[in-house]
Amino acid sequence: MADHNDDHREVDEVSGVQTTGHEWDEIKELDNPMPRWWLYTFYATVIWGVAYTVAMPSWPLISEAFGGVMGYSSRTEVTEAIAGHKAAQSVYTDRIAEMGVDDIAADDELMQFAQAGGAAIFRTWCAQCHGAGAAGGIGYPNLNDDDWLWGGTRQAIYDTIAHGVRWDEDPDTRFSEMPAFGVDGLLEKEQVAEVVEYVYGLTHDDADPALADPGAVVFADNCVSCHGEDAGGMQDLGAPSLTDRIWLYGGDREALTQTVTYSRRGVMPSWVQRLGEADVKQVALYVHSLGGGETE
Amino acid sequence: MSLLNKHGVLERNATLLLVCSLIVVAIGGIVEIAPLFYLKNTIEKVEGVRPYTPLELKGRDIYIREGCYVCHSQMIRPMRDEVERYGHFSLAAESMYDHPFQWGSKRTGPDLARVGGRYSDSWHVDHMHNPRSVVPESIMPAYPHLIETPLDFEHVGDHLKAQAMVGVPYSEEMIEAAKAHAAAQVNPDSDRYDELLDAYPKAQIRNFDGRAEITELDALIAYLQVLGTMVDFSTYQVESSR
Repeated sequence: MADHNDDHREVDEVSGVQTTGHEWDEIKELDNPMPRWWLYTFYATVIWGVAYTVAMPSWPLISEAFGGVMGYSSRTEVTEAIAGHKAAQSVYTDRIAEMGVDDIAADDELMQFAQAGGAAIFRTWCAQCHGAGAAGGIGYPNLNDDDWLWGGTRQAIYDTIAHGVRWDEDPDTRFSEMPAFGVDGLLEKEQVAEVVEYVYGLTHDDADPALADPGAVVFADNCVSCHGEDAGGMQDLGAPSLTDRIWLYGGDREALTQTVTYSRRGVMPSWVQRLGEADVKQVALYVHSLGGGETE
Repeated sequence: MSLLNKHGVLERNATLLLVCSLIVVAIGGIVEIAPLFYLKNTIEKVEGVRPYTPLELKGRDIYIREGCYVCHSQMIRPMRDEVERYGHFSLAAESMYDHPFQWGSKRTGPDLARVGGRYSDSWHVDHMHNPRSVVPESIMPAYPHLIETPLDFEHVGDHLKAQAMVGVPYSEEMIEAAKAHAAAQVNPDSDRYDELLDAYPKAQIRNFDGRAEITELDALIAYLQVLGTMVDFSTYQVESSR
């Protein structure tokens, strides 16, 4: 390798360009300058880089980071963007937040907005338990049918969603508690079997009368105050009807025994704090419209 | 131009090149990272963020052990789609007692930064037993062993002590009572109910998994139910310069 020395640089005869002075096996490297367009682009990016740190949040200073002369903040940006969209919807949402759910349903324009909005809210916040199609599952009610634990009017559905079910943090939450008749010793094991057979017989033909008949007495003594004498349920207490074939936790003997022995205690979060008045009303109207909503 | 021509020295000396490269990279690191430790606007001043209870801390251990962070992030970025789906964007203050933080970088599942209070405890029990039982489309693995495994919290006090060493404000009393506090959080009838709430304001005290014994699932659900619930956003103001 030749020494690197400006004074003795060799000029290539063919091109008239200086060589770098490097030589490998008699092959020499020409020292052409960078293309001008490349060089000026490079200078421009350097200037852009410096200007950017002046304009945008960048350098750490003594106590705070420099905020940039343009005052940009991604948090402010997203907050303003969301506020802008909220403001655009407020022609509808302001009225929805203030009106009663039945009044909203009577207004075609508002109802159309609430239906679409409610469907979107349902898919984001409700589908994880009640299913994308609102068909529910074991422990999570089907919202398409006309069987309602806590009432199926628009107002009742709104109250349930707004304050939740057995959600301790909300003082207005729906609350009731079925005793654990078996484990708390309120009923003997035989009595549990009897009342299970009786309840099973309400919706099935193959109940054993030898168990179901004494079970009717156990039922009358222990269950009618919530489930009603006709076992038709009581929406004020969230007590389900036992005479239809709609079961939240299963209607076979095994599931019923589990229910009577250990009780059930379904929980739904309260949503009004998280979503706000207008959103809860929209989703309540959406759920009401799924098929089973009650009018009175 | 003589200084620029000196690069030949670096190019011909591998050790010198390595040392000088390290110095250049270190300058970048120092300028970007070191100021975060002293700048006053790194962590927001917000009300409500407290250290994890011993039970939540154990649940966090299980979260890490089971690799939840591989598929779930805990970082709601300031973008409209994320804020509308998950809730308020995450604040630095919300993970200031996380060692190590669980921001994650991969979302195969949804972000969990604000999963607290979003589902009932029994939903979590069902979901851990078999995610498909509540979300048919889910591809999450099942974790049925958690509810079967008693929680080992014998040495949770040492864990608090280690966290205190890296700056989490656990007091001597909290460290001493850690084991009792862990047990008290799943038992609303315990004598330490008020004591626990004094030490850890707004701690949720209940039997999370419905089983009599304290299981790993109790701890995990306690942790999940507190995520993103500490800050009172009604008083939070977005400041620029962040």
